[in-house]
Amino acid sequence: MLSVMFRFHVCAGEIFELKAELNSDKKEKKKEAVKKVIASMTVGKDVSALFPDVVNCMQTDNLELKKLVYLYLMNYAKSQPDMAIMAVNTFVKDCEDPNPLIRALAVRTMGCIRVDKITEYLCEPLRKCLKDEDPYVRKTAAVCVAKLHDINAQLVEDQGFLDTLKDLISDSNPMVVANAVAALSEIAESHPNSNLLDLNPQSINKLLTALNECTEWGQIFILDCLANYTPRDDRESQSICERVTPRLSHANSAVVLSAVKVLMKFMEMLPKDLDYYGTLLKKLAPPLVTLLSAEPELQYVALRNINLIVQKRPEILKHEMKVFFVKYNDPIYVKLEKLDIMIRLASQANIAQVLAELKEYATEVDVDFVRKAVRAIGRCAIKVEQSAERCVSTLLDLIQTKVNYVVQEAIVVIKDIFRKYPNKYESVIATLCENLDSLDEPEARAAMIWIVGEYAERIDNADELLESFLEGFHDESTQVQLQLLTAIVKLFLKKPTETQELVQQVLSLATQDSDNPDLRDRGYIYWRLLSTDPVAAKEVVLAEKPLISEETDLIEPTLLEELICHIGTLASVYHKPPSAFVEGSRGVMHKRLPAQGTESPDVGNVAGGSAPEAAPSIIPSQGDLLGDLLNLDLAPPTTTGPPPPTSGMQMGGMDLLGGGLDSLTFLLWYPQVWLPAMKAKGLEISGTFARRAGVIQMELVLTNKAMSVMTDFAIQFNRNSFGLAPAGPLQVLTPLGPNQTIEVSLPLSTVGPVMKMDPLNNLQVAVKNNIDVFYFSCQYPISMLFVEDGKMERQVFLATWKDIPNDNESQFQIQDCHLNSDAASNKLQGSNIFTIAKRTVEGQDMLYMAIKLSNGIWVLAELKMQAGNPNYTVSLGTRRDGEQHY
Amino acid sequence: MSASAVFVLDLKGKVLICRNYKGDVDMAEIDHFLPLLMTQEEEGLTCPIMSHGNVHFLWIKHTNLYLVATTNKNSNASLVYAFLYKVVEVFTEYFTELEEESIQDNFVVVYELLDELMDFGFPQTTDSKILQEYITQEGTKLEVSKTKVPTTVTNAVSWRSEGIKYKKNEVFIDVIESINLLVNANGNVMSSDIVGTVKLKTMLSGMPELRLGLNDRALFALTGRDKGKTVTMEDVKFHQCVRLSRFESDRTISFIPPDGESELMSYRINTHVKPLIWIESVIEKFSHSRVEILVKAKGQFKKQSVANNVEVRVPVPSDADSPKFKTSTGHAKYVPEKNLAVWTIKSFPGGKEFLMRASFGLPSVEKDEMEGKPPITVNFEIPYFTVSGIQVRYMKIIEKSGYQALPWVRYITQSGGRTAMLFRYSLLMYRERDPSFSHREKLFKIRTSIYPIVFLFCFLSFRLPTTE
Repeated sequence: MLSVMFRFHVCAGEIFELKAELNSDKKEKKKEAVKKVIASMTVGKDVSALFPDVVNCMQTDNLELKKLVYLYLMNYAKSQPDMAIMAVNTFVKDCEDPNPLIRALAVRTMGCIRVDKITEYLCEPLRKCLKDEDPYVRKTAAVCVAKLHDINAQLVEDQGFLDTLKDLISDSNPMVVANAVAALSEIAESHPNSNLLDLNPQSINKLLTALNECTEWGQIFILDCLANYTPRDDRESQSICERVTPRLSHANSAVVLSAVKVLMKFMEMLPKDLDYYGTLLKKLAPPLVTLLSAEPELQYVALRNINLIVQKRPEILKHEMKVFFVKYNDPIYVKLEKLDIMIRLASQANIAQVLAELKEYATEVDVDFVRKAVRAIGRCAIKVEQSAERCVSTLLDLIQTKVNYVVQEAIVVIKDIFRKYPNKYESVIATLCENLDSLDEPEARAAMIWIVGEYAERIDNADELLESFLEGFHDESTQVQLQLLTAIVKLFLKKPTETQELVQQVLSLATQDSDNPDLRDRGYIYWRLLSTDPVAAKEVVLAEKPLISEETDLIEPTLLEELICHIGTLASVYHKPPSAFVEGSRGVMHKRLPAQGTESPDVGNVAGGSAPEAAPSIIPSQGDLLGDLLNLDLAPPTTTGPPPPTSGMQMGGMDLLGGGLDSLTFLLWYPQVWLPAMKAKGLEISGTFARRAGVIQMELVLTNKAMSVMTDFAIQFNRNSFGLAPAGPLQVLTPLGPNQTIEVSLPLSTVGPVMKMDPLNNLQVAVKNNIDVFYFSCQYPISMLFVEDGKMERQVFLATWKDIPNDNESQFQIQDCHLNSDAASNKLQGSNIFTIAKRTVEGQDMLYMAIKLSNGIWVLAELKMQAGNPNYTVSLGTRRDGEQHY
Repeated sequence: MSASAVFVLDLKGKVLICRNYKGDVDMAEIDHFLPLLMTQEEEGLTCPIMSHGNVHFLWIKHTNLYLVATTNKNSNASLVYAFLYKVVEVFTEYFTELEEESIQDNFVVVYELLDELMDFGFPQTTDSKILQEYITQEGTKLEVSKTKVPTTVTNAVSWRSEGIKYKKNEVFIDVIESINLLVNANGNVMSSDIVGTVKLKTMLSGMPELRLGLNDRALFALTGRDKGKTVTMEDVKFHQCVRLSRFESDRTISFIPPDGESELMSYRINTHVKPLIWIESVIEKFSHSRVEILVKAKGQFKKQSVANNVEVRVPVPSDADSPKFKTSTGHAKYVPEKNLAVWTIKSFPGGKEFLMRASFGLPSVEKDEMEGKPPITVNFEIPYFTVSGIQVRYMKIIEKSGYQALPWVRYITQSGGRTAMLFRYSLLMYRERDPSFSHREKLFKIRTSIYPIVFLFCFLSFRLPTTE
């Protein structure tokens, strides 16, 4: 039929013809006309001019015709909002039709008409449908609430639909329950703080019951929802796991992955010595392996997730190496992922097999795959020491093939092997040197140059080799240039007599003829080192290098934990947190695995670093401002691993008293991306705060990721808690070209307008350039506000300390701090926390300290430490006058 | 949570039909899909997930169509792919073949189906049998009186309608097995497993309650019975009709079956499979002149059994010409479009050994590009023979009307689909003036063991006891 339609162009005449047909009395003719209209719409022709005529056809008892008209409405209502009102009456009527199919159809379509004006008319019909006797209508209405919420959230809340939706979770029909759960999860996702999915043991129980009865898709909704729940204790966790495990036998891969997500998360809470823990581990492996016989796209998703699971719990799949062997007809994306997992699973027990496989892969035709296979051999050598020799000989075999990209890849990994096992495999250097001329990729050239420089004393013609590279110095990439510079300096230090000319040549090339600041800097450093103190130069340049670690590309643990909570989703496929690629999700809670044996939710929150707004009970209610401050800055570092750098203030605490501070005289804050390029038309801003010589500095790194040049930068702050304001204009003098990065340091003053922010250390910033104005917010470490004149007289301290009302005092434990009192006090002094007094009581060292904030508030602290006990107790307090300030 | 919109595109990237479910992604974004895909294909690194700005495309390809889902949230990717494949399944059941033509010819039904399959990004009813009850191809059938309440859609049993009637109540059970096997060039079996499926063809009235008994080792261990040979199933996957929690607790497979044909379960068995036909091969390539292939096949199964329709597929270079074959039995032919030499033997008794020699000419000018080394594959079927030893011990059928029903079972072992086997071999390369060239008569013995794709066919159907 459509092929006929293709010849059918919508011109004025035809529209007229269709109009006539649509208004025809004959039902059949009408229907055919609507079909023609839809056909034109499908091929992308504009038939919106027929809106009134099509809507007129809406009142029909022919279901098929009705569906077509509804379809038309969905497409064009947005472009004709005024006329869409015409349809409202029919919708309302259809919602009371005796046929549930029509009732459901009406309520479903209604939600898809995203016209704000219509929504209020839809509330009554929706309310009825939510209580409809037919489950088919109810399940459709449940989804409609989510649709309506998307268009007009306030309306949905005012009308109480959310409560009705919550009631539907207890519906007798599993399909309705599933859709209600899906709708609630969807709404909750866009409103992270709404606490809609108030999950408690009762509701969890209901969900688990529905899980057994609803469709495969419903099971996924419910499992995904369950994954957001944090069980109270290990027993509850175990009972949920027990009821979720049967889902691992479901034929739908998506159900299996969602079940794996729930199990991986809840397993975290189970004690490892529990029998059930072991059983669960065993149960997880077979379904994961079976996922590899699904469709390739699903395999890909599964493999990306297995990659995470293997990093989190390597024991699950350690015996399953063979299933990750690559099949010749696997799509390339599956092959590359399998290879990655093979390396992760490689161990002494299976290395022989793995190597044989990798060698086989290295002779295939697919260039990317072959490269990765060669690289994998090198990684095996580094990972499994016993296999290093075999790996090296395999690599040498591969070099003999003379296949250009194989040779280059092999040389790159051999460099890494040399780093890991120095002075062991130098005999292969001769073979490597034979292939010098065929290297055309920067990475391979750089690797080769490094090898020549590192082992210059054993290569007779090292100077000639390096000299040959020097000829085209300016055409090389930076990587090669830097490597060449270092290698020649190494050579000079090893054989000073013959190579003086060479080293001078390279130094002048690097320092005088190069535009690259990195290269110039390095050149100057070498030059000065060599000219002032050759012995020191030797010590620096030829210093012993630290060994490289076995696992090079592990995902950072906190990110891994977050990704485990997102198994099956895009985040787990990209191996990026959702905030990195979903707009509007910044500030959304980062999901974390529950800590084992977490008894009280408060502790969990602090430990998770995920809920700064939930004030833990140790904070006195009265001094909320101070409470915030104390809580934020000195929350104890936990045993579950360092909190994510993005999650806020815990880092401050770490820096102050954890092992982090070392001997720095100013505080360096972890650089974060404040404004992603995606949100700011190509301008990416990241930065840190620091305090240098008594001045607070905001260190900004601006990167232009757009295609055009950016100029006219300016910056402004919103009012904030400590009155921070730029002390001068943003110094970006040169225009910022595409792909350029510039670092700017902006001194800050604390004399700006003051407004209390939540969280306290929040700072809202506006940056302007020639393109637009962009806004972002960031958080600064409170510690940068500690001023240098924070020393207090002992007597004053004592008096103040006594003055502090009990309510304004709070206590923490800081764990695992292996410092004695003097070292701690020295370190703290570096960050302007001054020790006023020290005394020793019953083997405990007590340090009394004072901090003065830039706005004049004093914070006093008492630090108790016991020799041999790495846990410190800190009591903090401030006098009332501090708060009267506000 | 899942897809924002679903598109069906032709190979040129033109939208054939689409459905916007959530309206949070601009529908025009789809224009970026094909250019992105083209760039990836040029680099030789395609990926089933692509992104443009903050829009993510999740896509699959089916015949001459792309099915693409777009999203800008952190969607459940596995759900989206599972859904897209389900869409293919449903459309295929509706239009027999899912391709450009069938979409264009049936756009009204496609719209209706898209409306019913997913709502606001949440997959809804995706069971084509149930959908066919209220979305039919001929619109006229669907007059007001006929459109009944689709109770099944929301029932706990969402896969079977009530009121089905058959004169003769029967169930056919097919046990189908295929084998994954990897043998390296030295003749070592690197990995092997069996993937089996149990398919049902149900022709039963009413709402019958079925129970299937297999010689499952875990079940026997649980009940403490020992009835001879048992099979350890590494992993089992069930159709949604099977009560999973029941299976988890006591390994009972109990279910209300969907009507007609369905896949009840699949399982994976990790046991080491003995290569039933052992194959050794010598493949010598003389650059610029010719390729010589020698293949020896040996039946390593019982003398009484016979393998039928054995097919040995040997890859040859793409620029080979003038084939010559000599076989001790069966016949061989060259399939140039697939770069294969195919040797077929109609009947291959156990314990016997056969040979094939083949030689091909090679052009004197060698082409530059490297060729891959696809594996050798073999197909065959052995009647009256089971690989895993799995057995259907009983099938209980209980229906409240109390009719008598007959279960029939047959075992088929086959390969194909996604289970592939890798058989590697070494290629002996000679160049002119190569020292080894003159010594080529000293044959290198290169063993390529080929585990064939097995076709076990049990031609007889067995009547099963209806009670334990």
